[in-house]
Amino acid sequence: MKIDRRAFLSFVAGGAAGSALSPLPWKLMDDLSIWSQNWPWVPVPEGGKSTSVETICSLCQGSCGITVNKVGDRAIKIEGLEGHPVSNGGICGLGLSGLQLLYGPTRIKAPMQRVGERGSGRWQEISWDKAFSIVADELDTIRRAGDAHKVACISGSDRGTIQLLIQRFLKSYGSTNFVKMPFGNDINGLSLKVICPELANPIVNFDLENSDFIISFGSGLVDGWLSPVRMLKANSMRITAGKTRLVQVEESLSNTAVKANQWVPINPGTEADLALGIASFMIEHDLYDKGSVMSAVGFNELKKILSDRYSLESVSETTGVDTDTISELSKSFARANNAVAICGRGKGEEPSSFRDYISTHLLNILAGNINKKGGIWLFKELDYINWPSVCLDDISKVSLGVGRIDEAGSFKYPHSEYLVNNLISNIGEIDNSLRALFITGSNPCHTLHDTTSTSKALKRVPLVVNFSSFMDETVFESDLILPNHTYLERLEDIPVVSGPGNFTIGLSRPVVPVQHNTEHLGEIVIRIAHMLGGSIAKSFPWSNYKNCLRDSLGSQWGSNKWVSVKNDKKPWIQGSLETINLDKIDFTDINVKLAATSLEGNYELFPLVLIPKDSLRLPSGYVASPPFLIKSVADTVIKGHDGFVDINPQTAEALGLNQDDYAFLSTIKGKVKVKVNISEGTRPGVVIIPRGLGHTAYDGHVSNKGINVNDLVGSVKDPVLGHDAVWGIRASLVKA
Amino acid sequence: MSTLDDKAKDVTGDTVTNSSSNSRVVSRSGFVILSFIVGLVASMTLGWIVFPKLLYSKKQQPFNFDHVLHVKEVSGKCVSCHFFYDDGSFSGIPENKQCLECHYYAVIGETKDEAVYVKDYLVKNREVPWSVYSKQPDCVFFSHAAHVKGSEKLDCAVCHGHISQSKVSRPYEYNRITGYSRDIWGKNIAGIKINTWDRMKMDDCAECHKKTNGHDSSVQTGRDACFVCHK
Repeated sequence: MKIDRRAFLSFVAGGAAGSALSPLPWKLMDDLSIWSQNWPWVPVPEGGKSTSVETICSLCQGSCGITVNKVGDRAIKIEGLEGHPVSNGGICGLGLSGLQLLYGPTRIKAPMQRVGERGSGRWQEISWDKAFSIVADELDTIRRAGDAHKVACISGSDRGTIQLLIQRFLKSYGSTNFVKMPFGNDINGLSLKVICPELANPIVNFDLENSDFIISFGSGLVDGWLSPVRMLKANSMRITAGKTRLVQVEESLSNTAVKANQWVPINPGTEADLALGIASFMIEHDLYDKGSVMSAVGFNELKKILSDRYSLESVSETTGVDTDTISELSKSFARANNAVAICGRGKGEEPSSFRDYISTHLLNILAGNINKKGGIWLFKELDYINWPSVCLDDISKVSLGVGRIDEAGSFKYPHSEYLVNNLISNIGEIDNSLRALFITGSNPCHTLHDTTSTSKALKRVPLVVNFSSFMDETVFESDLILPNHTYLERLEDIPVVSGPGNFTIGLSRPVVPVQHNTEHLGEIVIRIAHMLGGSIAKSFPWSNYKNCLRDSLGSQWGSNKWVSVKNDKKPWIQGSLETINLDKIDFTDINVKLAATSLEGNYELFPLVLIPKDSLRLPSGYVASPPFLIKSVADTVIKGHDGFVDINPQTAEALGLNQDDYAFLSTIKGKVKVKVNISEGTRPGVVIIPRGLGHTAYDGHVSNKGINVNDLVGSVKDPVLGHDAVWGIRASLVKA
Repeated sequence: MSTLDDKAKDVTGDTVTNSSSNSRVVSRSGFVILSFIVGLVASMTLGWIVFPKLLYSKKQQPFNFDHVLHVKEVSGKCVSCHFFYDDGSFSGIPENKQCLECHYYAVIGETKDEAVYVKDYLVKNREVPWSVYSKQPDCVFFSHAAHVKGSEKLDCAVCHGHISQSKVSRPYEYNRITGYSRDIWGKNIAGIKINTWDRMKMDDCAECHKKTNGHDSSVQTGRDACFVCHK
């Protein structure tokens, strides 16, 4: 029979009815709705046992305790660790983002050798055996040629067994050139050593948790100063709670100035003048602790200088702070029970001048708060590692007699320990003044001032070996990469002064299995030492780093269990520190030492002052911003690839600039294009630029975003201690 | 007469014509109904029989696992192997390190499957890639502790059925579109369930959650809020 239209429609109707009576449409609809939500790019967490490992974060100097939550072998979240002496459950944005560094694409996955020109980024993966033999052979050649003193290491830290292994290696090899990157807090101790020559290198700790009056000369207590989490806690427990009065002396309105009880706007770079003005007022009005300076040599000389040069009126004129404010601050500071003065701009990472530090500590001395509750405490250096003496052969004995390349500790700079700025300038002058340079835990080509000169200086070194875990700017200037494990993959002791009288040795434990073909830096050092043989190998009696650490710390921990990842032991031990008294203060020649450094640049050509600004959201040290942090930055700091500078509305009007306008920012060191953010919190005549941006290495999340201020700022040597004490530079801003 | 005859002929002729026409109508409508029935039957066959076969793919487990045999050998029933960690989280499918407590790199029984396990997985330190029949989608947060140790103290069989009585590992069936295990929707393609363990869709969870008191985390509905399961 022929199928006509009616039969066909009936068949269709039957089919429709049958379909409706079958599960097909309903099930299909359900499945398709699920399918539409299951896109392949949606990350799906791995299954596995939920565990957590307590360890130490070493992404900055704070060394907080952290708990890393895991599912199976995958770390999924980092949290603060309750009870830790430094952070007690707190954590900063960088610490929270640590997993992006661990799993991120900028990790160096294997040892590599440069095959193209320096900076071209062309690498060839090599085996660890080959990497070790290249380094050992080259070091052997250099040593045999009598150039052992021409080997150096730039490191981000000088404490803990790994750092001591490197220093031990250099010493046994015949080099004194272990150079730590600059850190502001080091200058606190050194500056006191200048006026108290018998003082051993002290560790300075600020007891802000017990202060009732803090006068901060530009220190960003809530912007990441020294130990970010500890300071944030001190801020919330004391300052916000009204128990402590915080006076922030700073040229512009920083986050800390906003949070302070009082913001004292000041002419840029005159903080030391204000401190000396307050000191002068305290002495003049008999408001100081006489016991502190009773036996001080040259106190009368100091008094005279203060009274002649730092009278209320002259300081008011220099600083732009009115006389009433200065006298009120002086009286309040002197009369407070537990007053403390602090300095070190922003995060306190970049050292200020000796003048800044000593004028601040003069206030602390006059307030009589040295080694007192709520004041500053001076401790002897941590001394918990007792290894046998280094074996020296004839070559090393001769080489160790040659002075350091950075001139630290020399007749010229007797008080300084490390001068990386001198190292860079000295090796930049002639080829082969350094034959091999090792770099660890630091990124000098991005974080040191005058990045161009730093890169040029490294080009003059025939062999640059970098132990970085990440593809940073300095790696691009290196010849060989021997990638270290990240802090979440390695075992390491991390000592830190955690509060008045206490030190904490944190134990960073491997949280996850090693992710790539990397190696522990401690193992690398021991292995190369063993390969070089002779007295160098004898100086390293340990078969591996774990044995070395166990020998160094095992007895203090009480058992060997602490090296396991099991949480049967807290990842730290605590001990007491020996206090050092500030005796025999000598103010002789203080007049010369208080000479101020000037800004680079000509006023006519560069009428503005460019000042870097620190932010807790932007790491500015060895580690670059992980994506989480870079996304947390406001669009008046970076927008797309453009970096902003802050200027006052008055400055903007004078320059004919509007919000979001493009402008050329120039200094004697360089010229960049920036966008303008008009902010009333910025002082007229000042240009504020964020630090920690402008990376050219790393991945798309970090690179080519904003400006690296170090491209625009040169190095200015402190006349007393020799370190780079630059805090700004003269600049011009012209509409693009 | 002739006129009448003619009329009579005409009438007869008409009747004949109508009868033939009626039979054609009946047969045509019968065909239409038949077409409807064919369409109905075909689509129902497609929906009930062909569609499930097309929708689900199946694969064998790496090797057979005999629950009956294992339950006999252990003292603590299910929790001997599927236990809770000290922090309250659930171990789920045992890993090699649990199996090692008895097997210890050696064949201790007589089954071929155990030999496969020891040789191909345990000795090589490879975890067995079991396909989990009851695996919920990634968007679901499920706490065994809350259900087994909480106020309801559910028996394993409430959700997993009498798996402890299985001697063979049935093939793992999964939805070609969603990738989910067939056990989530249930064996019955219409979603009809008789036992509590027949289906594990959201409505099945909700059915039990509604019955239990004390779950009123949503202010709006007075019942469990979405985030109880969807974190």
